[in-house]
Amino acid sequence: MSTIKLTVNGKAVSADVEDRTLLVHLLRENLNLTGTHVGCDTSQCGACVVHIDGRAVKSCTVLAGQAAGSNVTTIEGISKGDELHPMQLAFRDNHGLQCGYCTPGMIMSSIDIVHRHGGKLDEETVRQELEGNICRCTGYHNIVKAVLDAAGRMKVSQAAE
Amino acid sequence: MGVEGIGASVVRKEDRRFITGKGRYVDDIKIVGLTHAHFIRSPHAHAKVKSIDTSAAKDMPGVVGILTGQQIVDDKVGNLICGWAITSKDGTGMKMGAWPAMAPEIVRFVGQAVAVVIAETKNQAKDAAEAVVVNYEEFPAAADIRAAIKQGAPQLHPEAPGNVIYDWTIGDEAATEAAFKAAANVVSLDITNNRLVPNAMEPRAAIGEYNEAEEHFTLYTTSQNPHVARLVLSAFYNIAPEHKLRVVAPDVGGGFGSKIFIYPEEMVALWASKKVGRPVKWTGDRTEAFLTDAHGRDHLTNAELALDANNKITGLRVKTYANLGAYMSLFSSSVPTYLYATLLSGQYNIPNIFAEVISVYTNTTPVDAYRGAGRPEASFVVERLLETAARQLKVDPAELRRKNFITQFPHQTPVIMAYDIGDFGASLDSAMKAIDYAGFPARKAKAKSEGKLRGIGLSCYIEACGIAPSKAVGSLGAGVGLWESAEVRVNPVGTIEILTGSHSHGQGHETTFCQLVAERLGVPISQVQIVHGDTDKVQFGMGTYGSRSAAVGLTAILKAMEKVEAKAKKIAAHALEASESDIVIENGEFKVTGTDKSIALPIVALAAYTAHNLPDGMEPGLKEGAFYDPTNFTFPAGAYICELEVDAATGKTSFINFVAADDFGRLINPMIVEGQVHGGLAQGIGQALLEGAAYDSSGQLLTASFMDYAMPRADDLPSFKLNHTTTLCPGNPLGVKGCGEAGAIGASAAVINAITDAIGNNKLEMPATPDRVWHAIHG
Repeated sequence: MSTIKLTVNGKAVSADVEDRTLLVHLLRENLNLTGTHVGCDTSQCGACVVHIDGRAVKSCTVLAGQAAGSNVTTIEGISKGDELHPMQLAFRDNHGLQCGYCTPGMIMSSIDIVHRHGGKLDEETVRQELEGNICRCTGYHNIVKAVLDAAGRMKVSQAAE
Repeated sequence: MGVEGIGASVVRKEDRRFITGKGRYVDDIKIVGLTHAHFIRSPHAHAKVKSIDTSAAKDMPGVVGILTGQQIVDDKVGNLICGWAITSKDGTGMKMGAWPAMAPEIVRFVGQAVAVVIAETKNQAKDAAEAVVVNYEEFPAAADIRAAIKQGAPQLHPEAPGNVIYDWTIGDEAATEAAFKAAANVVSLDITNNRLVPNAMEPRAAIGEYNEAEEHFTLYTTSQNPHVARLVLSAFYNIAPEHKLRVVAPDVGGGFGSKIFIYPEEMVALWASKKVGRPVKWTGDRTEAFLTDAHGRDHLTNAELALDANNKITGLRVKTYANLGAYMSLFSSSVPTYLYATLLSGQYNIPNIFAEVISVYTNTTPVDAYRGAGRPEASFVVERLLETAARQLKVDPAELRRKNFITQFPHQTPVIMAYDIGDFGASLDSAMKAIDYAGFPARKAKAKSEGKLRGIGLSCYIEACGIAPSKAVGSLGAGVGLWESAEVRVNPVGTIEILTGSHSHGQGHETTFCQLVAERLGVPISQVQIVHGDTDKVQFGMGTYGSRSAAVGLTAILKAMEKVEAKAKKIAAHALEASESDIVIENGEFKVTGTDKSIALPIVALAAYTAHNLPDGMEPGLKEGAFYDPTNFTFPAGAYICELEVDAATGKTSFINFVAADDFGRLINPMIVEGQVHGGLAQGIGQALLEGAAYDSSGQLLTASFMDYAMPRADDLPSFKLNHTTTLCPGNPLGVKGCGEAGAIGASAAVINAITDAIGNNKLEMPATPDRVWHAIHG
């Protein structure tokens, strides 16, 4: 057992976990942040994507101990109070989700995609960049639309800030 | 249509919780005292369990209990059943082998559970499971249809000699034979319909909780139909009587058919919770999903089409072997029979059809309904045959289809179905226009000049949805009625709760069902709550599958609403001192027609509950229920056209365009309908190009993870161009047909027809991987 200290969604937290504990399990089991999902056991599906120090990472591929001291953001931490993140709004407005299970990971990956490309995105790039996130419901059509829509919205909201 | 009424693309109410991480799926649920289950599964496809040694495991840290297959048999927990009886052509019943929830003696597929370890934590359960020693005696396995039906094949069940479950026929054999004798042309095709793994993104999960004082069980489970689960667990598996068993299906992360069935793990979670006196949670991992979720498809078919000298179809003859896996899953028997062969007429006027379906056991995961369930297989047979016929006869594939379309409705096919309405020519026209079909030869020629192989493929599908009426399915062998129930509760303040037996696991019922209320009563959808997925809240329901939630479930809500409206009008008339027949409902107001007198719904609702001034003899309250059983299946239909290019050097396929023209009748929420089509198309294209469950000859599943089984990803798929044509379904008052499965039913034939057109070789199996396509080009 080890005591892991880290920052999650802006709050300093600590948890006593077995050394083999994965970050996703620390989030779900110890911190009750169940928005981060587990959809596979081979780091393929991306349902567990969170941000570690601003970068999208599959939290099923990181030991909790490796995340010690880092700044983790989960799906629960991206809206500002009642004000949803532009990516969340874009997923809703474009019907980019159905069952909702892959959605948190999709949103966290997509925010990172927009950040890395500085908002300069086209359909082909979005499709390639979503390679690490599997959705079984939407056929990706509306997810791609949502990411492109959000890229525009995020530019606007950044400009406003 | 108001802004939130029928036909409006309202954004979904349920999305807020999903996009903020506040969905509540089974694995998110925690209960005081919760323990965790890990199953010990057979690594062999066919073996005898000689012994299970738990001595080292039972004292390991955190272990609460270790339970075996023999114990579940000793406790008289019932065997899993198949609920649809099929009779063979010789009059004998289907041969159902015994399927205990955990195997006491013989295992018949890799992944079948033999024991379960229950511990304080999931890791402790896994650690202890490693220390359980199971001694197996391996038997030879039959891993596919051909291996199962050959002479001397390993026998799976003593009940089923030769591994044959049934040999079933439909249609007029002699008349079909005569049609073939008289035919000017005959087209023949051998087809493999590849086995698929549904892979809903949320793995199955279950929590069993037993309250000893009340002798009451609760099951939280990933189900598309919690009431059916309760019925089966009570009536057949002896877990508890229905009034002592609550089944809750909260947010469910996709189903596609695989979450219809009641699986061993759910039975064990309930049973074990009583055995160990603690709540028991099991959450499957992805490998368990690959090994134990019911698979889909897996047919071997020979199909022949007879045509006269004018290219009119005169007969269709089909022989199909269907692989049902090692055991008969809940509705497995109906999928390759009544959900498949009854759709073999497609969109065409075919006077004579005869089909024989032989279903067999193999040492593989059980096979059951997966998105489309039998109808994709039928559509693929018909549409590949039509395409093959057009090539053989050197006629345009669109014109051959058009020449044979059914144009008069209702139309009785020779295989049970009576199509109520449709306009197949309109869908085909719409799709051809959208893809510029007339311009294709020029595009193909241009591509050829650039060294590319371009092809176009059509698929004109029809499906039977709703999976009702009860009387009809009952006469065909179904063990349950397939109606739907609903209850409409108007609260004293005028807000509304709709209780439905349909279950949403991505379909958006919490929005579309509210739209009906908005349409009829003018109540904003924010004032309406949809209640579903809990047997303690909703009295009964048959759940969601077969694209039935709108045609059957929403119509049940409409029927209950009509009763509520009738009572509310009486109350309004009484309050306004008007005649009941003069009351009309407009924008949430009950108005006396031709006057300015009106009363708002909340006032009517309050009057119903205060009951101070109701018409004489009227009961207080404003709540009504309805059971709705349709009069026929519904028949969504449409045309899909795929245009693509094949790289002859690599065999790789690239989409140029994919257009759809669907006729779903009235659309409640076009945005949601299109989302359903997108997802269905992705699964149909996935089957055509990427997906395929592969077993080796010993019955090991070679594709048991997302590393090995090619799930469609974003860059495997094109953007889709969707169009709609509309004939309103006459079978229900809403005119809706259902849209959930169409894409998966129609897409795969369009893709394979396009690739085979591009490469000029009609022999190509699914999934059409670059390797297969390359060999089809180069030999």
